[in-house]
Amino acid sequence: MADLTSDFIGIKSPNPFWLASAPPTDKEYNVRRAFEAGWGGVVWKTLGEAGPPIVNVNGPRYGVVYGADRRVLGINNIELITDRPLEVNLKEITRVKKDFPDRALVTSIMVPCEEQAWKDILPRVEDTGCDGIELNFGCPHGMSERGMGSAVGQVPEYIQMVAEWCKEHTDLPVIVKLTPNITDIRYPARAAKAGGADAVSLINTVSSITSVNLDTMSPEPSIDGKGSHGGYCGPAVKPIALNMVAEIARDPETAGLPISGIGGVTTWRDAAEFLALGAGNVQVCTAAMVYGFGIIKELTAGLSAWMDEKGYSSVAEVTGRAVPNVTDWQYLNLNYITKARIDQDACIKCGRCYAACEDTSHQAIEMKEGRVFEVIDAECVACNLCVDVCPVEGCITMEELDPGVIDARTGKPVEADYGNWTTHPNNPATRAAE
Amino acid sequence: MANSERTPGVVAGRLQREALAENFADLHEPFDAHEALVAADRCYFCYDAPCINACPTSIDIPLFIRQIQAGQPASAAKTIFDQNILGGMCARVCPTETLCEEACVREAAEGKPVEIGRLQRFATDTVMATGAHPYARAAGTGKRIAVVGAGPAGLACAHRLAMKGHDVVMFDAREKPGGLNEYGIASYKTVDAFAQAEVAWLMQIGGIKLETGHRLGHEIMLEELQDEFDAVFLGVGLAGVNALRAEGEGHAHVRDAVDFIAELRQASDVSTVPVGRDVVVIGGGMTAVDAAVQSKLLGAEHVTIVYRRPRDRMSASEYEQQLATSKGVRIITGAAPVRLAGGEHVTGIELAYTHDGPDGLTTTAETFMLKADQVLKAIGQHLDGAPGAMALDGGKIAVDGPGRTSVDGVWAGGDCATGGDDLTVTAVAEGRDAAEDIHATLMS
Ligand SMILES: Cc1cc2nc3c(=O)[nH]c(=O)nc-3n(C[C@H](O)[C@H](O)[C@H](O)COP(=O)(O)OP(=O)(O)OC[C@H]3O[C@@H](n4cnc5c(N)ncnc54)[C@H](O)[C@@H]3O)c2cc1C
Ligand SMILES: Cc1cc2nc3c(=O)[nH]c(=O)nc-3n(C[C@H](O)[C@H](O)[C@H](O)COP(=O)(O)O)c2cc1C
Ligand code: SF4
Repeated sequence: MADLTSDFIGIKSPNPFWLASAPPTDKEYNVRRAFEAGWGGVVWKTLGEAGPPIVNVNGPRYGVVYGADRRVLGINNIELITDRPLEVNLKEITRVKKDFPDRALVTSIMVPCEEQAWKDILPRVEDTGCDGIELNFGCPHGMSERGMGSAVGQVPEYIQMVAEWCKEHTDLPVIVKLTPNITDIRYPARAAKAGGADAVSLINTVSSITSVNLDTMSPEPSIDGKGSHGGYCGPAVKPIALNMVAEIARDPETAGLPISGIGGVTTWRDAAEFLALGAGNVQVCTAAMVYGFGIIKELTAGLSAWMDEKGYSSVAEVTGRAVPNVTDWQYLNLNYITKARIDQDACIKCGRCYAACEDTSHQAIEMKEGRVFEVIDAECVACNLCVDVCPVEGCITMEELDPGVIDARTGKPVEADYGNWTTHPNNPATRAAE
Repeated sequence: MANSERTPGVVAGRLQREALAENFADLHEPFDAHEALVAADRCYFCYDAPCINACPTSIDIPLFIRQIQAGQPASAAKTIFDQNILGGMCARVCPTETLCEEACVREAAEGKPVEIGRLQRFATDTVMATGAHPYARAAGTGKRIAVVGAGPAGLACAHRLAMKGHDVVMFDAREKPGGLNEYGIASYKTVDAFAQAEVAWLMQIGGIKLETGHRLGHEIMLEELQDEFDAVFLGVGLAGVNALRAEGEGHAHVRDAVDFIAELRQASDVSTVPVGRDVVVIGGGMTAVDAAVQSKLLGAEHVTIVYRRPRDRMSASEYEQQLATSKGVRIITGAAPVRLAGGEHVTGIELAYTHDGPDGLTTTAETFMLKADQVLKAIGQHLDGAPGAMALDGGKIAVDGPGRTSVDGVWAGGDCATGGDDLTVTAVAEGRDAAEDIHATLMS
């Protein structure tokens, strides 16, 4: 059986699934139940400064985007950091860590961008016996308007500065949580590394408005007729998150920087993908909020079964496996030629492939008598749209043409050798070099 | 002592009121809004969707389902009514399992089609519940058209003509409009007096004058109509009932299934409708199934359908056959009646096994008896008293294209005319298309 135990920057947990800093980790009651259910670790809901806690809105704080059958694809929120007193949270963290010594307990912190504020809070957090800290530079709403959260996360210099303060004032491992609301995620990651951070975690939520109430003309969630910019999360943001994780993983400047992958992890498969693209572990929020803590059983059993099937014995062996296969467009093999193939036995004759290709792509599917759909090789550019829109899994596939075979579209034989844009005759740069 | 399922003879009130109420409730519960959304989400929005082609009225089904998905059932209803003004009735009575839902690609994919009929009902009910009628008449054309028969064919024709600005007088022999919607369709498909509610809703278009108790060939004559009106549409259905031609057909309690059903449909209280203890229904179509099922629901102890050909030749769909057997109806196929036994009343029926050979269907010498105190004949209807000059084909008014008969200025559609299956939806399509052709002809 695959070993799921995880050692992330020295923080050990029985499995690589942590609950992300969010409502599921907001208090002792939740975290105890999560640990009892089997979660490997938690990042406690973000703590703020001592003194009167922040207040949340008292109306709805979540918006949603549904797929078929009201399946939640994405949630956005306008919730702030914890609205419970610092002292209460610290006491609870202490108690829980004592009772669950084998689980990872990381404390998320967001205090003003002044050294004294960090100096004040860090020893108190250390006293709880927790395993590490995560700096929340990510929330796109509310806190950033007070110069915290994503306002800091969007300025690499600040990230570096705060990371340095933390490394100076505590011995706990420091994770910097990154906001995706920035053009190039590599800059804040590099800053975190330069500041001495032990790891980055990403992504925090994506700035969003999920919907508008067309009767009241208020964005949702609506607070007395007004809405704000919330943070989007859940399955819908996974592609954004995977992309950013991979960018950091393959950036030479941050190579080797441990990454905690967050964003839309819903099943074991999502987790495996994050690991493959360079994450050392994953954090989960929306899936737990939608389905409850019980999903941990599927996550751990699923990851373990898949690792057994593939012969991976540890999580670390999976981490980064796909990173070498992430490349720039210009290095993709232009001599790799495929054609769409429709399995007539599996075809249910819905004609979606036809509508897609005929109306919006390359007119490469023919509709024959009796609703028989066939690919016209001479037109097919292999875009994959038909595969994507076909409701029957495995009905349309892409077949690779062997070297030497004539591509009916170009009339040329498929070349055996790898050839990319950098050497392609149509590339002006190539021509200039000649 | 009240009657029960075991009371001999043809009697009313075999079941308690509650049991009857339950038996005659809606066959398919309507969708609530959530169920409708879940069902609508299953539609793939197929290209040139097969379901559209399978619908005799060619409703743009993927479009109306998408409109339900997008939260506008009223727009969905408009999409339906544009093609089929009796979309509400059709949603209830169409054998969707042999029409749109049979063609649904999800039937091929997983044996579970999108529930088009129930979605159609959801959409149309939304609009009809408001009582509002979504169409207005075009400016008056001054043309007058007679529509004979206020069944689905006549109603669809009259509505379309009225909408185009023509003045319509709709004649019907019966007391109430609706045709078989009112007198024929099984009760559990059209609960809560839906047929009359639908006619009233449809008539809101204006410009349609209804004359009931007017029978063509009696109170009104075709020639007079031709003189008085610019065009005539005949949608008189099949008023004649085929005879069994078996010995003993004259015994009491041997009757036409359509009459039995009409009596049931017109009863204000089903507990007053008499039914036998041992009911035998002769026939293999929708009427046979409806008569058998409703006999059972009224409390008959034993109900048997007897059909002379093999099971797969029954015109009642497999779904309907299953409905019948699920209600406890026994289906015997490959046997034909040779004699009805009894004195004053029928007491039994003698059946002979049949043989389907090269010379067609023949009866064998091997016979058996079934106990029967009521026999319902459902072996088909025929056109009754077609106006003299009209060319017929296979016993129906011969039409070509959109309902043109051999007589100039006279159109026909629905069950009484050639072409298409004898279904409500087909009658609607033919009535509508004839109206379009009448309009085009009159306005050219
Ligand atoms: C028992 C039974 C159950 C059925 N169940 C279904 C079902 O579940 N689904 C389905 O799709 N189809 C069903 N059908 C078939 C469907 O009802 C018919 O195909 C449809 O009603 C035909 O419509 P129509 O307008 O042509 O004729 P009809 O509905 O028969 O209407 C004809 C009208 O013309 C009137 N009329 C007749 N003669 C004259 C005359 N001489 N002068 C004036 N008026 C006249 C009649 O009173 C009647 O109102 C069923 C039929 C029967 C008999
Ligand atoms: C295959 C594909 C190619 C696209 N190419 C472009 C492009 O060249 N330029 C552009 O401005 N947007 C491009 N877009 C983005 C679309 O214009 C649009 O902004 C985006 O898809 C979001 O809208 P939608 O999801 O509602 O379709 C592309 C989108 C797709 C799916
Ligand atoms: S791969 Fe693209 S171009 Fe080829 S048939 Fe499919 S949709 Fe058309």
